[in-house]
Amino acid sequence: MTEKTEKYYVPEQSKLPFIGSVGLFLTVFGAGNYIQDSTDLVNNPNSWGFYVMLAGIAVLVYMLSTWWSATIRESMGGLYSNQMDRSFRYGMLWFITSEVMFFAAFFGALFYIRVFVVPWLGGDGNNAMTHAILYPEFLAQWPLTTTPSGETTQAMGAWGLPAINTAILLTSSWTLTIAHHALIDKNRPTLILFTSITAVLGIIFMGLQMWEYQHAYEELGLTLGSGIYGSTFFMLTGFHGLHVTIGTIYLIILSIRCAKGHFTPENHFAYEAGAWYWHFVDVVWLFLFVFVYAI
Amino acid sequence: MGSHKPTGISRWLFTTNHKDIGTMYLWFSFIMFLTGGAFALGIRLELFQPGLQFWDPNTFNSLTTMHGLIMVFGAVMPAFVGLANWLIPMQIGAPDMALPRMNNWSFWILPFAFGLLLSSFFLPGGAPNFGWTFYAPLSTKFGPPSTDFFIFGVHLMGISSIMGAINVIVTVFNMRAPGMTLMKMPMFVWTWVITAFLLIMVMPVLAGAVTMMLTDRHFGTSFFDAAGGGDPVMFQHIFWFFGHPEVYIMILPAFGIASHIIPTFSRKPLFGYSSMVYATASIAFLSFIVWAHHMFTVGMPVVGELYFMIATMIIAVPTGVKIFNWVATMWQGSLTFETPMLFALAFVILFTLGGVSGVMLAMTPVDKQYHDTYFVVAHFHYVLFPGAIFGTIAAVYYWLPKWVGNMYNETLGKVHFWLSIIFVNLTFFPMHFSGLAGMQRRVPDYNMMFEDFNRMSSIGALGLGLTQLLFFYIVVQCVRGGTGKATGEVWEGAEGLEFTHLPSPAPYHSFDEAPEVK
Repeated sequence: MTEKTEKYYVPEQSKLPFIGSVGLFLTVFGAGNYIQDSTDLVNNPNSWGFYVMLAGIAVLVYMLSTWWSATIRESMGGLYSNQMDRSFRYGMLWFITSEVMFFAAFFGALFYIRVFVVPWLGGDGNNAMTHAILYPEFLAQWPLTTTPSGETTQAMGAWGLPAINTAILLTSSWTLTIAHHALIDKNRPTLILFTSITAVLGIIFMGLQMWEYQHAYEELGLTLGSGIYGSTFFMLTGFHGLHVTIGTIYLIILSIRCAKGHFTPENHFAYEAGAWYWHFVDVVWLFLFVFVYAI
Repeated sequence: MGSHKPTGISRWLFTTNHKDIGTMYLWFSFIMFLTGGAFALGIRLELFQPGLQFWDPNTFNSLTTMHGLIMVFGAVMPAFVGLANWLIPMQIGAPDMALPRMNNWSFWILPFAFGLLLSSFFLPGGAPNFGWTFYAPLSTKFGPPSTDFFIFGVHLMGISSIMGAINVIVTVFNMRAPGMTLMKMPMFVWTWVITAFLLIMVMPVLAGAVTMMLTDRHFGTSFFDAAGGGDPVMFQHIFWFFGHPEVYIMILPAFGIASHIIPTFSRKPLFGYSSMVYATASIAFLSFIVWAHHMFTVGMPVVGELYFMIATMIIAVPTGVKIFNWVATMWQGSLTFETPMLFALAFVILFTLGGVSGVMLAMTPVDKQYHDTYFVVAHFHYVLFPGAIFGTIAAVYYWLPKWVGNMYNETLGKVHFWLSIIFVNLTFFPMHFSGLAGMQRRVPDYNMMFEDFNRMSSIGALGLGLTQLLFFYIVVQCVRGGTGKATGEVWEGAEGLEFTHLPSPAPYHSFDEAPEVK
């Protein structure tokens, strides 16, 4: 590792941002056509949407991996000053903040539904006539196992798989912290071992989550279409699962980079950013466990 | 780091230079401004007289929707990001934005996003027709097929805005020249960093809202469907939780611009700098807790209406502080009235007018009369056109000589100003009257009694649109040589690092060595 430069590094021209924009465009353009193709609201059969979307995702994966390889090369080449390091840190923190707000939209929806909408549909407040005329059979309760239109489902219990998953994620935050301390203490074997363990815990979590979804769809009759309970349940846990997947991929890459000896106690922004991301995913899960499963 | 300046198309496609990216943002914004303006003229054409003449109602609705979306997300927001790109590094003494490659990515997403959005005009069923607020169930159950592309377009714009906002915050907090403490930052930087906070907090919420729309449309969820236990009113809550901070996103940078221009042409320092900072921060904070004043007629609990009414009116206090400070800055100043100053003055006066009609609308019982009438249209066009757009135009006149090194034609600039100010009032002032008399917004036909007001508005709109072509001419002429070279200071006694430390035009890489700020 060469010496750190103090001048702020402004990169040369790069093709990657433009390629990334093309990738994003192809992805969403394809996804739009594919969704219309495969669902019944809009009649748009035989579009090439699916393939365009795959092409877009491929472009994005290529672009992001090239981009991050470049930043790893630049970092290893000593192009980044301490000031640059701070830029990345602030950037990551504010990115995570924006992610928190994305989840806040769905949590906000859940709270609004539970606190206001379901009681109102049951005739609370000044909504007695809504209840009496539109949905006289409706019973305000949560989990909402019978919708106003009469569809039924079963609720997901909290103390089976979800409790195990909570334990797994909490453990993974702990193992990641051990690994981080090992990094600072220059203990590479422990670092590699515990980073990998964290990644494996992420994979186990995802496996159990898929098992739970299968259980929901096949045995409980709980689907995305089972009224607002199913909507909030699957959208919240689904987006969380997507973030766990991203975090797990991140951890796998970190494990490889640890094995290659990329990180030093002074210079390991990428590692810390991954750790922050993982803890964020973990905290979101705790909220999920309490508000979606437990109460 | 290359000191050479790349040439050709690749300079623009692959650039990492904040000035090039700022230029692209500004031109993109201007193209969108003309596009959205063309839609507005389509609306005014239909409303020139009662009855249905030019468009079927569905097309009229599409024009209304696309006018709003293009102007909000395509014209105003990119214009401010463009100004931020050009100005923030120069004003804080930084070599560039903190994350230059991401900077370029956040720009290049936009042409694709708006291409996607505009292409919806050619899809079966036409462009989105549910208004820029895309209330459910109009946009979920009854939206045309193009709604899905609209949704993904909004996702892309959101990604772009979030990356842009992160870049601004990181730049401001990490790249300031030594000695420039937070409370020495120029007001434009302050207002923009606060805007960036707002963007990071609300754009993800908008992404969540359109995602729920998508799953409601195609995957059987019931977020906005009462039959499944959801609630269409919840859409409005989520949308306006985004939407109200969004209107401040569209005005705060203009506040910053006025706070630069008015002191320069009054030859006095800005009155009450720190109160300006705190007022801006207070407005931003309040903007998060007033959203339901857009929804007084949905049938909220009375306690809710009372709370949202009072909270909304409180915003007038910090806003009043800002207006007071601008006026106090001019008090006993040695005023001259170059074009940027004229636009800034019009900004202060007409924005105040729009703000005052906003206070009227904040009153729940009164709003129940005004809701969804042209009075609302008049109100938000007074804060947006003479507010956001005049602010941007003032900024361009003020800083263009610094950017390109030439002075613009002052006479033509004044002509542009006077035509704009006449036509903007001719367009939007009569809307107060037709609105108070009960004319509904977003309807292609109207009662005969509103004809005179609507004729005035339509003539004004045509004039206002054509006047902006003069702006285009003035800018191009200035870029190509203008009326002579600008000095480094540009304006007599102008404050700020970009005027005191850099020549005109500002070099491609401004501050390789950070200047010392005392």
